[in-house]
Amino acid sequence: MISFKKCLPTLSLLAFLVIWQGLAVYLDSNTLPTPEAVAKVFWQACVSGQLPFHLGVTLLRLVISFAIAMLLGCAIGIVLGRNKKLDAFFDNWLVIFLNVPALVTIILCYVWFGLIESAAILAVVINKLPNVIVMIREGTRMLDQDLLDMARCYRFSKRKTLVHVIWPQLHPFVMGATRSGLALIWKIILVVELLGRSNGMGYQLHLFFQLFDVAGILAYTIAFVAVIQLIELLILKPLDKKALRWRK
Amino acid sequence: MTDIQIQIDNKTYPAAADPSIVDLKLSLTSEEFICLVGPSGCGKTTLLNIIAGLDNDYEGDILVGRQHTAPKIGYVFQNPRLLPWRTVRENIELAVDERQPPEVIDALLEVMQLTAAQHSYPEHLSLGMSRRVAIIRAFAVDPEVLLMDEPFVSLDAPTARQVRELLLNLWQQRPHTILFVTHDLREAIALADRLIFLSAAPMQVVSEIVVPISRSERGNELAIESFRQQLLKNHPEIKQLL
Repeated sequence: MISFKKCLPTLSLLAFLVIWQGLAVYLDSNTLPTPEAVAKVFWQACVSGQLPFHLGVTLLRLVISFAIAMLLGCAIGIVLGRNKKLDAFFDNWLVIFLNVPALVTIILCYVWFGLIESAAILAVVINKLPNVIVMIREGTRMLDQDLLDMARCYRFSKRKTLVHVIWPQLHPFVMGATRSGLALIWKIILVVELLGRSNGMGYQLHLFFQLFDVAGILAYTIAFVAVIQLIELLILKPLDKKALRWRK
Repeated sequence: MTDIQIQIDNKTYPAAADPSIVDLKLSLTSEEFICLVGPSGCGKTTLLNIIAGLDNDYEGDILVGRQHTAPKIGYVFQNPRLLPWRTVRENIELAVDERQPPEVIDALLEVMQLTAAQHSYPEHLSLGMSRRVAIIRAFAVDPEVLLMDEPFVSLDAPTARQVRELLLNLWQQRPHTILFVTHDLREAIALADRLIFLSAAPMQVVSEIVVPISRSERGNELAIESFRQQLLKNHPEIKQLL
């Protein structure tokens, strides 16, 4: 029974492939290629270097915009969480920025700054930033006052208080912002690339759309999902494990 | 070590109509163990927070020697307030000066019988052990005054007695001025050089009594109990404060 339970994820994946194959064969249409055809396209795109190049470009944009949004968002979130007056002043701004559609920000950035790399990065950052700020602000509001008093009483420096008292309490909120942020930025970056860049996954998908190349779209999607899974497995999970090692 | 004078002219909470503390004077002699005894809610924690510099919204003054400065504080809170994500040793090290040699902490851990647990996380400790860590942290900073806010509350009697003995042992090895809040008269007599009885609303000193029992006799429960009886008989005014 245990081994059957362990096999379940693999079995479900196999079942998915079988259904896909069955449907593709049954429909026999260009709009739904078989898994095998997609795998072939995937392999060719890898060997030709096309897929790694465009994926790399998108990943680079993701890393830069994600880092800027997280750093700025954490700093602003902590300040707003600790300062009631500033929070009251900027609260409306946050609500506005949270609700501006991503597409509007992207178009405005391109119109105001031109179809350049920094405009693309800025558009992604502006879309993600309010989200990080809100999450970190909520975390900061929930900080344990008893521990902060202890730190004050034992004359912890500001840096010591931030690193040893505040940051560990914010960890779940930062991880939440990271996970939801990665998912959000992936989606926005593709639109940014589709609208104003001449490389990256978004640009490629746009090209496939014009050529009606569904196999290409699916091959790139698979690469995409694989990268997200790798980030979760190789970076986020180990980080979680290290930060929460003190738990029973 | 220097003597400390505490004078609180007025402490009123913003939402309260009446002041919590009015014209309270305490004079702490260097290396003296003082127990503050008073009914719950009389403002003992408020007083400790003022001395610790956590509450600056009051009228008054604290003199360390002749200087108007905040004294260096060690504070054992009612709950231990350890950082759960740092080990026992890291919790202590974070509070002390980085230049202090590690042997000081080694020695304190040994006296409080926590050497084996120094690399454990607080979640893996019993309440009694966590309290001992908090006591070590307070001693490790070599404070000018050590504040203790009912640190043995909610411990079972044998554990409380054990931690109390360890505390006294530590204090005799490293004498510090201690201000210890409790509402347990037996505990106060077992620990203190001097008892200060406080009334509620506003907090005022009702009486100050020196405990004449020698340190070697503090473990003798009969001696403690007989002094308690005598105290209640001679000072009827303190009965209502217990």
